Amino acid sequence: MQNYQQHFPIFRANPGLVFLDSAASAQKLQVAIDAEKSFYENHYANVHRGIYHLSEVATNKYEAARQTVAQFFGISEQELIFVRGATEGINLVASAYLEHNLSANDEILISVMEHHANIVPWFRLCERTGAKLKVVNIDEQGALDMAHFQELLNPRTKMVALTHVSNVLGTVNPVKEIVEYAHAVGAKVLIDGAQAAAHMPVNIAEIGADFYTASSHKMYGPTGVGFLYVKQEMLQEMQPYQGGGNMIATVAFDRITYLKGPMRFEAGTPNIAGAIGFAAAIEFLDKIGMAHLAQFEDQLMRRCQSQMSEIDGLQIFGHCPDKAAIISFAMDGIHPHDVATILDREQVAVRAGHHCAMPLIKHFGVSSLTRVSFGLSNQESDIDALIAALQTARRLFS
Amino acid sequence: MNDDLYQELILDHGRHPRKTGVIPDATYVEKGFNPLCGDEITLYLEVKDEVITKVRFEGEGCAISQASSSLMAERIEGMPVNEALALFNQVHEMLMGVNEHQLGKLSALSGVKRYPVRVKCATLAWHTLDAALKGSGPVSTEGDDV
Repeated sequence: MQNYQQHFPIFRANPGLVFLDSAASAQKLQVAIDAEKSFYENHYANVHRGIYHLSEVATNKYEAARQTVAQFFGISEQELIFVRGATEGINLVASAYLEHNLSANDEILISVMEHHANIVPWFRLCERTGAKLKVVNIDEQGALDMAHFQELLNPRTKMVALTHVSNVLGTVNPVKEIVEYAHAVGAKVLIDGAQAAAHMPVNIAEIGADFYTASSHKMYGPTGVGFLYVKQEMLQEMQPYQGGGNMIATVAFDRITYLKGPMRFEAGTPNIAGAIGFAAAIEFLDKIGMAHLAQFEDQLMRRCQSQMSEIDGLQIFGHCPDKAAIISFAMDGIHPHDVATILDREQVAVRAGHHCAMPLIKHFGVSSLTRVSFGLSNQESDIDALIAALQTARRLFS
Repeated sequence: MNDDLYQELILDHGRHPRKTGVIPDATYVEKGFNPLCGDEITLYLEVKDEVITKVRFEGEGCAISQASSSLMAERIEGMPVNEALALFNQVHEMLMGVNEHQLGKLSALSGVKRYPVRVKCATLAWHTLDAALKGSGPVSTEGDDV
């Protein structure tokens, strides 16, 4: 199997680290770190403001980053808003689009497997407008219950907001089909791509969603930046999100006019260096190929799953045939936090807790789970270290 | 296995917590919650003439939180209220690594001070005890979402 660890400086600073928490936030590619550093050292100025040369260079680099990210996801740069991350992307859609298109009789459709980021903004919007939040179930394998989805979908559904890939179960949802069903009743669709974008090829135009959002930090790029895709015709229907510089055309005390296009939603000085680092990470991923990365991760995940299933009293949650490289599990008689502490002592970093998906965890009748997730920075020996540490935990608590 | 955190006493109390259950007409009932972990405790205290005459608890959580609750319940049953409050301070100092105290069996919990993210697992029961006796309301280790 290939090994990409040399591209991640964290492993030189932390020899022996077994990092199995990419789904929470991925380690950083050297190229992304270098791009940010080089921009600050050699080209830094504010964007869209200065008449001077350096500002023009900075603007060109920032806009080139927008183009790189847009191309990677099969969309136009005119449809790509830079945001802080997927969480802000969802909040932006809730307040700049849906809030003024929603009334008390309307409904928002989400699912049991959503991350809190795709629950809380809609819940709050429902509180403000009196609209109803409807929740699609999942089946025993952890797949979306499509029959229930169709049952809940109706002409009052104004927004379908679903995750592309579950951050707990790894389930890959049939987003294209979901979009078709939703559009048939006139609902708009937002897909939370925070997990999917890092794991597999994503062509947003092909999916056909009205909104799609993801974060750089899960794609081996810097924190504090991500993107929101908004379909061209929807851009016109949106109100400004935050007010400030960079998003206006003219300001007078009796009248303000706003820019058109994505910049209307980018008030203030954006995360310029972050966007440039994000684009560098994406160029790297593009060279490796997302289909190849998906296969690489899938191999690691399948091997790991089969070895984990041999450990006494270990139960894996999420068996959807179409599954990303995420394994959530419970061990009989050992609380997930004890599992994570014992693993940490062997330098194996995993996530334990509710994974920002409390309703899903509750759905399984547990209070927390341990999660292992794979990414580009993993290697085969990580599995051996994990299995050995899990056996240590089993022995200690037997 | 010589383990600074998961000592045999901790593992034993984690697996088989003592003094679990409810006291239907308890003098004090208090809840504690750790939203980060999902650790929960409901503590029941029967107090007569400023003495804790009976202790029971219900809850779920990791081995550390269960063992801490169990060891606490065992220790404070029969203890005057003012001594229990003083013990809370000593245990808290020990778990935070501020001060060493010779606390018998409870010292088994002291290994947690080398695991900063796990300290709250061990302190939850004790904060809940303190809140119960002072009547300061439900305990949450994070924010106000009890």
